[in-house]
Amino acid sequence: MDTQKELYREEAYELLAVLEDSLLELERNPADMETVGRVFRAMHTIKGSGAMFGFEDIAAFTHTIETVYDLVREGTMTVTQELISLTLEACDRIKSMLGASQGGEDDRPARTRELTEAFGRFLPADQGAAPAAPAVVHAVSDKGPAGRNSRTYRIRFKPHRDLFANGTNPIPLIRELKALGECSIVCLLDDLPELKDLDPEACYTAWDMILTTDQDMNTVRDVFIFVEDLSDIDVELIDVGAEVDPEYKKVGEILVEKGDLDRRELEDALQGRPLIGEMLVDAGKVTKADLGAALVEQEHVRGQRKQRQDAQIESSIRVASPKLDALVNLAGELVTVQAHLSRLAALDGSSELVGVAEEVEQLSAELRDLSMGIRMLPIGTTFAKFKRLVRDLSAELGKEITLATEGEETELDKTVIERLSDPLVHLIRNSIDHGIEAPEVREASGKPGKGTIKLKAAHAGAQVVITISDDGAGLDTEAIRHKAVNKGLIAPDAQLSEHQIHELIMTPGFSTAESITSVSGRGVGMDVVKSNIEALRGSVEVTSVVGSGTTITLKLPLTLAIIDGLLVSIACEHFVIPLSTVVECVDLTQDDLKRAHGRNLVRVRDEIIPYIHLRETFGLARDSGEAEQVVVTEVGEQRVGFVVDKVIGQHQTVIKNLGRMFKTTEGISGATIMGDGAVALILDMHKLTQQAQRW
Amino acid sequence: MSGMILSVDDSKSMRQLVSFTLQKEGYQVVEAVDGREALAKVKEVAVNMVITDLNMPNMDGIELIRTLRADPAFKFVPIVMLTTENTADKKDAGKNAGATGWIVKPFKPEQLVAVVKRLLG
Repeated sequence: MDTQKELYREEAYELLAVLEDSLLELERNPADMETVGRVFRAMHTIKGSGAMFGFEDIAAFTHTIETVYDLVREGTMTVTQELISLTLEACDRIKSMLGASQGGEDDRPARTRELTEAFGRFLPADQGAAPAAPAVVHAVSDKGPAGRNSRTYRIRFKPHRDLFANGTNPIPLIRELKALGECSIVCLLDDLPELKDLDPEACYTAWDMILTTDQDMNTVRDVFIFVEDLSDIDVELIDVGAEVDPEYKKVGEILVEKGDLDRRELEDALQGRPLIGEMLVDAGKVTKADLGAALVEQEHVRGQRKQRQDAQIESSIRVASPKLDALVNLAGELVTVQAHLSRLAALDGSSELVGVAEEVEQLSAELRDLSMGIRMLPIGTTFAKFKRLVRDLSAELGKEITLATEGEETELDKTVIERLSDPLVHLIRNSIDHGIEAPEVREASGKPGKGTIKLKAAHAGAQVVITISDDGAGLDTEAIRHKAVNKGLIAPDAQLSEHQIHELIMTPGFSTAESITSVSGRGVGMDVVKSNIEALRGSVEVTSVVGSGTTITLKLPLTLAIIDGLLVSIACEHFVIPLSTVVECVDLTQDDLKRAHGRNLVRVRDEIIPYIHLRETFGLARDSGEAEQVVVTEVGEQRVGFVVDKVIGQHQTVIKNLGRMFKTTEGISGATIMGDGAVALILDMHKLTQQAQRW
Repeated sequence: MSGMILSVDDSKSMRQLVSFTLQKEGYQVVEAVDGREALAKVKEVAVNMVITDLNMPNMDGIELIRTLRADPAFKFVPIVMLTTENTADKKDAGKNAGATGWIVKPFKPEQLVAVVKRLLG
């Protein structure tokens, strides 16, 4: 949108130049209507586009001037010397406002108001007002099934014969209506004449539609806003949300309600006969199409009510969590076996076997997704207890703090949520203790006395991002640096960016508390938070602005049991790189190697990326020396390449823990079993990068 | 759904906003600066829809709509007018000339898309 703004500014300057020329021309020749038209159009465009691109001040200012020139154009007013002088001055005001939006200063905003009033005096009393908000707002609706507060409308859309004459096609309208919710449509063709009498350019059809949606009546009517004059439109609310009794009105009642049938006619017909509908048609009281529409309505509403009833019955059941864990484990095993089966089928080549293997693959993928889905819980369950924590602790420390939460509905694996609780408690304690200042300190620095901690969760691809931000004092960069030097964590002359210094608070051995308080100085530092999160295959990031607060961002995978991985090979060994970290794969050519002069750097799309030779890291044998590939990954903020022999492809990775023996191995986060029974190690890109940086 | 849309406006920034918004939705867009150029453009390119401003030099939007509607090839082509005036007379003049729909400026990009979808499907 910024380039759009720039474009508007450019255009406005051009128009102002035209405007000045035209005004001077008009001064010489006040009766020249063509010049008046030019002035009007220039003002009109400046105003119209101004409002579009966020220059509301300019739009409001030009509105009055435009109205004045419209009167001149219509001949109800003549151009005077005074008007031209005022307009020229107005041009300067607009220029000044344009400049102000570019970081300049609007020199005399008071004059703008005076000018607006001066122009207003040219106008008859009722036309001086500023533009009203646009009357037509087309709501863009969310699609999807109707929710609990769903409403059912009956819509009759009967276009006039000449509907097509202004280019209207009724089909997209009906499609738009259909997209609002669940819709039953009946086309009424009663007026359709014999072929010989048919005018192909006339519209003979009408539609009855029964729509169940959570949108209001206006949204439904809005669909037909362009054809209001060209058709008869009837929208009626016939059923509201809560009703679950699947018994809906009788057909006869519907017909009477819609005006297709008289109540007395109905009563006459009802004398002791059960199948009312067909009888009425036979008697010529209603047409077959009207009856059809009524029957569809009946069915639609009955269906909706039935659905609601069902939803109430099977809302939820409770299951012990070990059962779910077992289910997920089994699904994981099944994926492994299925990979084996697929491989055998591919080797065997029998098309029948391949077919079965593919079916098993599809089913096991569905089963996997489903069983993982069952374990997902909304994170809001943990958020709730933090409210209490904040309340109690802030009272204890004499601070005033509110906790604002967002994204409670974000779903995460149950295990992740459980293991996330402690780190979150710690982070919130930190914000309360060190982040938010005492009320009098806050007020002295111009902030509201009451501090705010914001806890927010949201999905981002295969990850969940949780942020804890406070509007407190922010991190004291110098103090952190000083402490880090004292503790020997960095050299006194180390060149570090502000961000790198902030990240130091998560280094082991860095105690955060200036003075140990009962709240956060419990010997557990940010380094523990960091290692907890990393154990969940997540990452932690700190950003802070002095005086306005600190934000901690946690990025976590959705689940721990199965991930999408990128399968690569090095010296005939297979490894899995978590796909969520992978940015792209490129070849590492001899040219690249030469250009880098022995440094481990590769140029990808004009970016220099350092890389790690995994073969060297793992001490594997030298291969045939064929072309290697670099998998570019995003580790924290930076991009790091990993050199492998070959990228094989995407792989559903069922994560198995390494035994106790290998618990301390850095750079490997687990293992997985491949289709052929071989084991592939899952790489921990974070640890591998840290390791390389230490050397 | 793709389609060729003619955007007529004497403001470059407006034309660009319309083009940018509709191209993102997969429509193709040709531009014209006024009614006269629009009439020349429709002879070169077959368009499925026209979106036009009303106040333009040389030939204004009302005149353009009237001329297009009189052309048998444009009898059923949807034409949308962009209006800033909330006053009914301009809108009525456009409707009488044969406009299919209208959008009141300022509008949000999604409103434009909604109207195009409503008329073009």
